[in-house]
Amino acid sequence: MNTEINGIILMFVLTILFAYPLGKYIANIFEGQRTILDPVFNPIEKFLFRISRLDSQKEMNWKEHMVALLTLNAVWFLLGMIILMNQGWLPLNPDGNPSMTPDLAFNTTVSFVSNTNLQHYSGETGMSYFGQLMLQLFQFISAGAGIAAAAVVFNALKARSTEQLGNFYNYFLKSCTRILLPLSVIVAITIMFNGTPMTFLGKDQVISMQGDTMHVSRGPAAAMVAIKQIGTNGGGFFGANSSVPFENPNYLTNIIENVSINLVPIALVFALGFYLRKKKLAWMIYGVMTVGYLCLLIPTIYLEMNGNPMLANLGVTQNLGSMEGKEVRFGPAASAFWAITTTVTSNGSVNAMHDSLTPLSGMFTMLGMQINALYGGVGVGFLNFFIFIIIAVFIAGLMVGRTPELLGKKVEAKEIKIAMLIFLLHPFLILIFTALASYLIYLNPDLPWLNNPGHHGFSEMLYEYTSSSANNGSGFEGLADNTPWWNISCGVVMLLSRFIPIIGPVAIAGILAKKKYIPESAGTLRTDTGTFGIMVFAVIIILAALSFFIALALGPIAEYFSMS
Amino acid sequence: MKNNLLPSIILTLCCIGLFCGVYTVAMLGIAQLAPNGGRGEIILVSTDTTHRVATTTHRVATRKYYYTNIGQKFTDDKYFWSRPSAVDYNGAGSGGSNKGPTNPDYLAQVQSRIDTFLAHNPGVKKSEIPSELVTASGSGQDPNLSPQGAMVQVSRIAKTRNIQEEKLFALINEHVEKPLLNLFGTTKVNVLKLNLALDNLK
Repeated sequence: MNTEINGIILMFVLTILFAYPLGKYIANIFEGQRTILDPVFNPIEKFLFRISRLDSQKEMNWKEHMVALLTLNAVWFLLGMIILMNQGWLPLNPDGNPSMTPDLAFNTTVSFVSNTNLQHYSGETGMSYFGQLMLQLFQFISAGAGIAAAAVVFNALKARSTEQLGNFYNYFLKSCTRILLPLSVIVAITIMFNGTPMTFLGKDQVISMQGDTMHVSRGPAAAMVAIKQIGTNGGGFFGANSSVPFENPNYLTNIIENVSINLVPIALVFALGFYLRKKKLAWMIYGVMTVGYLCLLIPTIYLEMNGNPMLANLGVTQNLGSMEGKEVRFGPAASAFWAITTTVTSNGSVNAMHDSLTPLSGMFTMLGMQINALYGGVGVGFLNFFIFIIIAVFIAGLMVGRTPELLGKKVEAKEIKIAMLIFLLHPFLILIFTALASYLIYLNPDLPWLNNPGHHGFSEMLYEYTSSSANNGSGFEGLADNTPWWNISCGVVMLLSRFIPIIGPVAIAGILAKKKYIPESAGTLRTDTGTFGIMVFAVIIILAALSFFIALALGPIAEYFSMS
Repeated sequence: MKNNLLPSIILTLCCIGLFCGVYTVAMLGIAQLAPNGGRGEIILVSTDTTHRVATTTHRVATRKYYYTNIGQKFTDDKYFWSRPSAVDYNGAGSGGSNKGPTNPDYLAQVQSRIDTFLAHNPGVKKSEIPSELVTASGSGQDPNLSPQGAMVQVSRIAKTRNIQEEKLFALINEHVEKPLLNLFGTTKVNVLKLNLALDNLK
């Protein structure tokens, strides 16, 4: 059989094999049960809580949780702005990279605090090692904050009536120390032994065999690459991310890094099942997500392995497939697998340039982000899916004439309103801002933004806002995006689309938690069945996919039909 | 919010200590055991360092090395060419062309690469050129070609260097890197290693 396809099947199987036990482990952490890393981390966490004057046992209601989350993020934002605007003279800058302009610092800080990792700079020339270390910090703590928010929702869905939903700081710190840190250590060590650098030395200069002088950027990359994959961050150490040989040296590291993208998001779905003792519900959610994922994945692999028809017209042979923007050591199949995995999960790292994907593959990567709930980002992916569950419960309830209920709690007008608003925010931000940018281009056709003409140029802008709003961070990188317009508008989009879709689901969960628990009866609409799974899937297709159909028709679909 | 502010600041400082400090230092320590101490894998080409300066002999560290995984620009007829690169193989930056699949400028550029290749490789048919030889990689540092990408250049190199073609085919076959465990991924050759071996071919 084709060894490229084998590689993909291996990655798919490995992900679920690791994610299931990890889900059990995560559930144990949220429940406060004993886990194997207790001897190491219990004393550390105790010490940190003591000097931070925090009582990790104090129960919080949903509003207190959100205040804690927002305060932490405000502190991080200030820290990020200060360091990025001053990194030029701060230590650990062997390559002499400059401080950031205010608009670029704003974009970059928001991008990393919001777990997006959209990069309008290039790592080799735009970031000092000091700056990189701070981004690495954000990659841990923004992911930790996302997982903590998911933990609050898990807690709220328990079969009881309460306002007490655990302690935010406890969920947050444990997510970082018990989940993200150990996994990152494993990944960092494996990739550094396969050739990813981990050093504070600056650029090296080599004379090539042909006699050209070339510089080779290095740095403490292995540590950052590990957490960027594990925490669905995606912000690479080097400009071209995991396509760079130093960031992703061979097929084995590609497998490890690719599995790391999906690992925690899928594990969190299983964690929900273990935590609520509702494994069937977890399998239903995993099933819906996976069906959606495969619908995007299979055609993309097929298209990329088939090559670019326009190149076929030129007469060359495309044995490997479409190779523009791709690396020979991965091949088009593994590049397509990564492209879809990274966009459905809000990771945003790349091992091939998405701008050069064939038109429909480009569309499938955008669709992954536009739905933004197939696996999704660590923690927040589940929160987005939770919104679709609420809407599906409501619609299903109307269809069969029963009171909408979710896990023994009545879902009423207020919750539905919040869910609908949260859902609408995503297409609103993407479409409005893409329209604005298109209008600006229409007014000033000379704006040097686009790297490609026609439909593909439109796709570059649509992709940028889709990626910002999905907190994904990948890009059609041809877009010249380090300008005040793109830095500020994308920053605003990322900010809104990070915090509102966290606050909304947590609020719904908090309201539901307070309500009276109604034990299941014959009249209950069961949410852990295949039928309900199909219902959720239909809601996702109808709401999310169709909201974007017209925009996609103007970009990738039109480009596809223009090929001859 | 006020009650949360000071704890948030201290907790953030703690996280800096843990995730910037302890984690990074630990990884840096382990990296000392990794290939070339975590400073990037290299191929040592020569370590001849004894130079006679005036009457005294002293060792000058002139280790000549290349980075194994970082591709180099090869455009000389006597070498196996590497893939086109949007950053001209300068490892100070990285990146692809980011050209869309239907961009007319891009297609014209590929056409001119095909023409250049055909001009330097008379006798090769267009349909024998594998696409990776005329398309830019994602990183601009791709160190590999498919075996076919090397094979198609054999007759040019044989003529330029006056070597039998069989020897070159044998050299390529020696350097073919099989998929992982023979099961997963692509088959490829490392152009740098291949060209180093080519220079040593007698």
